[in-house]
Amino acid sequence: MIIGAIKESAGGERRVAATPDSVKKLIKLGYDVVVESGCGIAANFPDSLYEMAGAKVQQDQQSVLQLADITIKVEAPQLEEINEIRENSTLISFVWPAKHPEQVDLLRRRKITTLAMDCVPRISRAQKLDALSSMANIAGYRAVIEAATEFGSFFTGQITAAGKVPPAKVLVIGAGVAGLSAIGTAKSLGAIVRAFDTRLAVKDQVKSMGADFLELEFKESGEGEGGYAKTMSAEFIAAEMELFAKQAKEVDIIVTTALIPGKPAPELITTEMVKSMKPGSVIVDLAAQNGGNCKLTEPDRKIVAHDVTIIGFTDLPSRLPTQASNLFANNIVNLLTDMTPGKDGLLKVNLEDQVVRGALVTHAGEVTWPPPKVPEPSPPPTQHSAEVATQPKLEIKPAKSWVHWIWTCGAVMASLLMLWLVGKYAPPEFVSHLTVFVLACFVGWQLVWNVTPALHTPLMSVTNAISGIIVIGGLLQVGRIWYGPSSLLAIFAVLIATINVVGGFLVTHRMLGMFRKQD
Amino acid sequence: MGAIPQIAWLIAAVCFVLSLGGLSQHATARRGNMLGIIGMVLAIFAAFFAALEGEHALGITLAGQVLLVAALVTGGIAGAVLATRVGMTGMPQMVAILHSFVGLAAVLVGFSVFLSSWHVDPAITETVKSSVGPDLIHEIEIFLGVFIGGLTFTGSVIAWGKLEGKIDSKPLMIPGRHAINLVMLIACALLGIWFVQVGSFGAAMLALIVMLLLSFVFGAHLVMAIGGADMPVVVSMLNSYSGWAAAATGFMLSNDLLIITGALVGSSGAILSYIMCHAMNRSFVSVILGGFGTGSGGDAPGIDRGDQTFTSTSAEEVAQSLRDAKEVIVVPGYGMAVAQAQHPIREITELLQANGTRTRFAIHPVAGRLPGHMNVLLAEARLPYDLVLEMEEINVDFPSTDVVLVVGANDIVNPGALDDPSSPIYGMPVLEAWKAHNVVVFKRSMASGYSGVDNPLFYNDNTDMLFGDAKKSADEILQALRML
Repeated sequence: MIIGAIKESAGGERRVAATPDSVKKLIKLGYDVVVESGCGIAANFPDSLYEMAGAKVQQDQQSVLQLADITIKVEAPQLEEINEIRENSTLISFVWPAKHPEQVDLLRRRKITTLAMDCVPRISRAQKLDALSSMANIAGYRAVIEAATEFGSFFTGQITAAGKVPPAKVLVIGAGVAGLSAIGTAKSLGAIVRAFDTRLAVKDQVKSMGADFLELEFKESGEGEGGYAKTMSAEFIAAEMELFAKQAKEVDIIVTTALIPGKPAPELITTEMVKSMKPGSVIVDLAAQNGGNCKLTEPDRKIVAHDVTIIGFTDLPSRLPTQASNLFANNIVNLLTDMTPGKDGLLKVNLEDQVVRGALVTHAGEVTWPPPKVPEPSPPPTQHSAEVATQPKLEIKPAKSWVHWIWTCGAVMASLLMLWLVGKYAPPEFVSHLTVFVLACFVGWQLVWNVTPALHTPLMSVTNAISGIIVIGGLLQVGRIWYGPSSLLAIFAVLIATINVVGGFLVTHRMLGMFRKQD
Repeated sequence: MGAIPQIAWLIAAVCFVLSLGGLSQHATARRGNMLGIIGMVLAIFAAFFAALEGEHALGITLAGQVLLVAALVTGGIAGAVLATRVGMTGMPQMVAILHSFVGLAAVLVGFSVFLSSWHVDPAITETVKSSVGPDLIHEIEIFLGVFIGGLTFTGSVIAWGKLEGKIDSKPLMIPGRHAINLVMLIACALLGIWFVQVGSFGAAMLALIVMLLLSFVFGAHLVMAIGGADMPVVVSMLNSYSGWAAAATGFMLSNDLLIITGALVGSSGAILSYIMCHAMNRSFVSVILGGFGTGSGGDAPGIDRGDQTFTSTSAEEVAQSLRDAKEVIVVPGYGMAVAQAQHPIREITELLQANGTRTRFAIHPVAGRLPGHMNVLLAEARLPYDLVLEMEEINVDFPSTDVVLVVGANDIVNPGALDDPSSPIYGMPVLEAWKAHNVVVFKRSMASGYSGVDNPLFYNDNTDMLFGDAKKSADEILQALRML
């Protein structure tokens, strides 16, 4: 089958759904790839790179769409584009079906199989094709970079000859993928980072990124379906707003990423809070597209209000076009890898597959969105399993040591009894041999514990060789009458034991010769 | 000649102690082996001369001497041939078969001692106990020596067969096998009582032979019931038994050198068994009772992997990520030995090091079929031993490692051992490979390891599976690395 990648039509969109790297991978899956000329220019992928990777470059979009069995692009398709896409072919891109009912209807009428990258379910298996996470990661990074551009000071604290520079203080609201990415970026620029999230489960993740986790004196978890946040109670929100108001006076930069699926973004930063911020502070509102977390945010614009810069760009991933294209293209490759089980360039739409079913918006002339509901709890944090792991250990330990103590006592008693019996009945000669034996056991015990595990095999072969010492037992048993049964048995024993002696030492010698230190 | 042989044996015993001491470190290991050889030569010469002027034997005739020398030479040649022919992959088999020789020799010497302690009294033409003859404790020594020797012999032969692949490595599970073992042990004990009390030569001989046969069956049955995964423990255990057999012979002959050497070997084997059991989180008793380690692949029952999938990768991609890595750790397992992948792996290591990538090897105590087996295999591939680290040394380094290559290992990198109490191998110390940024698992298929336990590592996001024969995969990576 042929995969076609086209140039984005939306103004200012710089991303592309296929990169030269991803083209190579798609070809490995058995597909042929055509790309529209100039589709990767804005992301720094000239046509020549695509050709080198094995793709065919078509001059105009129409011929790409006519050739393609599978069309891939980044942003939701325009109505005109859908009309150009071949009937019964497949489209993979962001779709946002809730926002674009007209497009979905047209896709259905043209019997196009549509896989929406924004509808991929949030389960662990689908992480590698979760384009929303990929883009959120980039948005979080870019948000901090945008803030740094507007902010009039260093992020990192310095002590210079000219005086002390305090580090910038950054507040990140919402510790999802974008929030964590923003925390990491701000932290590595040297800022003091604080983060807030209604979901207590993310506390450890926030801490692992090096930020302080702000907590309310309030017990309510905002853990909603699919690992997203849910709407909180009024009391909680009041406490939360109080916290933000206090923070707004202290921090220099606020990055907000709070979104609740299917609802307008919660308003977290009021006009009052903006006013209370230091002049020159920056707010980056990643929720701008859904109404914004800040009262004053204007989508797609950068404004200055009350001496505070408020950035409401909604195209942050596109402002990092090379990186964003790479990740998006990889997400698509991963989806196609799952859907091409034979690696033969034949796409299989498996409706039983939860990931495919989730992403499927239209198929065979039907609208298949939204998919039937499968309740899926958010992936529990790993600490949960650690708790389970420690429990049984704690229970077993006391019982075990008690049993152990009884056994030790029993063993000591039994040994003493045995020794007493030996002392009472055995001849003195035997006791002297026993002394030698027991002491030799202890010497062996001490010696062998010192042997490095790397030499355990040579140790075994050497002990093999020296246990051939039984050869002298054979030698001593050979009597005057060599053909007597006793002597013959002994001679045979000598023969066998000698195999051991020579074989053991020789093979040890060979082995030890192989061990060498690095020159 | 006085006590000269005894003095020589004393020196030999010291040599053996120093020999084991020398093996504690790479630097002194070769000297240790030489000391062992010196001790052995000394001991054999002393024994030979003692035999010539022996008290009880009253000297050996020339024919006897010739025969003895012939036996020494033949045995020596046979041993030399064995030792030079064996490949390092075959070391477990070699060690097992050498154990069986000690066991057999102990049996033979035991019978020889028994026979020589009776003689035909011409006056009454009946076999009676010699005047120097055995007292009670001596008879017990003979009996015990033959018993230990017998079970070491057949046990080692079975272990050899299993390791060589001549016998199915699955545990043989006869119903009521513990009861059978117990009955055999009790029968042996009863025969022992009869053996020391009965006055006639024939009856004592019969008791000894019947007991020997029982000990043969006992040893074979014991090892048959133990699965392939527990072979390191079995081999160490037989190592220990061969030592005890030698010590028992020493008691029989009142020879301190034999007693000392036997005790050294016996405790050495016991320690190795302990280390192996500890590394598998299994008690020694449970290993000996057998039944663990089915040795068959296939999916573990009752584990639902639901929507978890694994990512497969290609040699080129692995080569690429190796080229970009700063820290690489290789975790070899028995699969590497089977595929003979150690040579290309060593070449990969050299390329990576030339590229400035720190490449090291992590060895789990039970990797392979013999304690320290992996170290020997890597040494055979001329890999410097200072790149090869033990589990305790390297486990802390996994989080800062870019790429981990798991070559033919499975259970020893199973995270379930740490966090899944329902796992059969829960509690076993493992190499924490999953903490690295990227793990590549070389595997023939998705079958589970020797313990039959599924491995969650394979389904991790940061794990890539590289399917195929380990040697072939390693060769391909090597090729790809050279192309880069």
